[in-house]
Amino acid sequence: MYKVHKISGLRGKCVSIGYLMAYTITEKILLAHTDKKSIAPGEFIYAKIDLALGNDITAPIAIQEFEAAGAKKVFDRRKIALVPDHFTPAKDKKSAEQAKILANFAKKHRIINYFEVGRMGVEHALLPEIGLVGPGDLIIGADSHTCTYGALGAFSTGIGSTDLAAGFITGCVWLKVPETIKFAYSGKLKPWVGGKDLILYTIGDIGVDGALYMAMEFQGEAIRALSMDDRFSMCNMAIEAGGKSGIIEPDEITFKYIRSVVRPSASLGITFGHRPSSVIRKNIARLKSDEGARYYKVIEYDVSKIEPQVSAPHLPSNSGPVSKFKKINIDQSVIGSCTNGRISDLRIAAGILKGKKVNSKVRLIVIPATQKIYSQAIKEGLADIFLNAGGVFSTPSCGPCLGGHLGILASGEKAIASTNRNFRGRMGHPDSEVYLSNPAVAAASAIKGRIAHPEEVI
Amino acid sequence: MRFKGKVWKFKDDVNTDEIIPARYLNTIDPKELGSHCMEDIDKDFSKKISKGDIIIAGKNFGCGSSREHAQISIKGAGISCVIAESFARIFLRNAINMGLPILEIKDISGIKEGDYLEVDLNSGSIMNLTEHKEYKAKLLPKFIQEIIKSGGLLKWIKRRKVKNAN
Repeated sequence: MYKVHKISGLRGKCVSIGYLMAYTITEKILLAHTDKKSIAPGEFIYAKIDLALGNDITAPIAIQEFEAAGAKKVFDRRKIALVPDHFTPAKDKKSAEQAKILANFAKKHRIINYFEVGRMGVEHALLPEIGLVGPGDLIIGADSHTCTYGALGAFSTGIGSTDLAAGFITGCVWLKVPETIKFAYSGKLKPWVGGKDLILYTIGDIGVDGALYMAMEFQGEAIRALSMDDRFSMCNMAIEAGGKSGIIEPDEITFKYIRSVVRPSASLGITFGHRPSSVIRKNIARLKSDEGARYYKVIEYDVSKIEPQVSAPHLPSNSGPVSKFKKINIDQSVIGSCTNGRISDLRIAAGILKGKKVNSKVRLIVIPATQKIYSQAIKEGLADIFLNAGGVFSTPSCGPCLGGHLGILASGEKAIASTNRNFRGRMGHPDSEVYLSNPAVAAASAIKGRIAHPEEVI
Repeated sequence: MRFKGKVWKFKDDVNTDEIIPARYLNTIDPKELGSHCMEDIDKDFSKKISKGDIIIAGKNFGCGSSREHAQISIKGAGISCVIAESFARIFLRNAINMGLPILEIKDISGIKEGDYLEVDLNSGSIMNLTEHKEYKAKLLPKFIQEIIKSGGLLKWIKRRKVKNAN
């Protein structure tokens, strides 16, 4: 039995591949980006990339190495994205110098996808929103949460600055073809439970190295019912289980999202993201794991039993139902980040905070992930709700998520956050603590002054 | 390559925020990053160690961020190599690509803090000079060995380019 599949992995370019075996979606995408006839887990490949991403922390090292290697030209100025989002608007002189390295490099090499303050956003919310990433793409990013784009049916993975420098020069990346773990979610979600809770629950089950070096494929009726924003949250945290990537087979929800994303404005010179819907539709039909594809492991969950989750310090795997944590008093609640700073997250939080006040002992910090979300939240009146409740509403930035700025914790302080990591000292002082949750729990906790279930305040 | 050094032992799941906290990511200077290495686990770590010392850790060393500041900081502090039961994947890539020697052994429980080790990178032999016991590290795949032998990823690319042109 010799099947010939056509996968349109690269933008608009159809690659014909004949193969005997059944493949997972991840293997299909990787194969489409090599000259190989077949592919198998454990094999090393040298793959073509569709996009290479760097930020104000990782790109300066990549640029330094690019120059030290004597490189004169980037492989494709349209396929590089530079997003100064971590310490921007620049928090201090040193951060300003780092950001300047990006701006200068973008100018020198005429990089189209450079996003200055005022047009930028948290990278993993920004790139999908402007159509820079799509189904079937192979994306590398010098940021561990690059795995987010798997939500669109892309293979995307975090790499380091040296990989990024090599990607800038060659347009290629070395990869070990990962084994895939299939996570099958059945049943209907309880109220106030979303993609964030599913991923915290999953990491709690398998541990912070439960998917080490592997692709995490999220499947099942509960995943099909998730919105794009919830899917982004899930794939975003694949790295927190040690995963190489997270991926969800694209479907009509993906397609609808891709059609709706902002057509990049010609005035910004960004035209890269525009792809005809026929190409996308074709991609989506073929980007599925074959029947009989080989999985390292299949893990099944009944989501109807899952409560909103909270992960206690200092590992994302310390998760449990919110009810277990109701005695924990908090000093700060952070709603934002590449995990949960999207418009639906802000709507959920505003729905809870409307007409209510933040507890007098708590600081509420809301950070929309991109400029578009920021402006939308103002238009919809969400910003007013946060301000009237006694919270702050900030310009897009990674901010306090990694202890950068805009809400650093003092010693002994506790925060609940819709972010992705709760390592020791992550949000500030080494003796501070971060509890991870979805935005609804973070909002309810801000009102109560302790970790709370949204039902307690509605 | 051979190294000799004193052991500094760490637990499982040492993350990149512990190796080099984000508050120092506004610089790429190896000396400065080295002076803050492992600061949130042990405030005086960088002052206590001597050049050539070795980090020993449990599983999943280097989990978290993709920051190469972690490798720069470890190298900048003067650590010669890291031995762990397993490495997080981005940390592993970065170490290979940047030429920070790393070795994986099955069980670290027999090695104590303060022991002296002699490491032979080529053979993967780790000799505990204090306990007179030898450990064998897992051999890295050929492809990875090639990158390491080239002196890191960028040099490997250069060599590959020359090879393809011929």
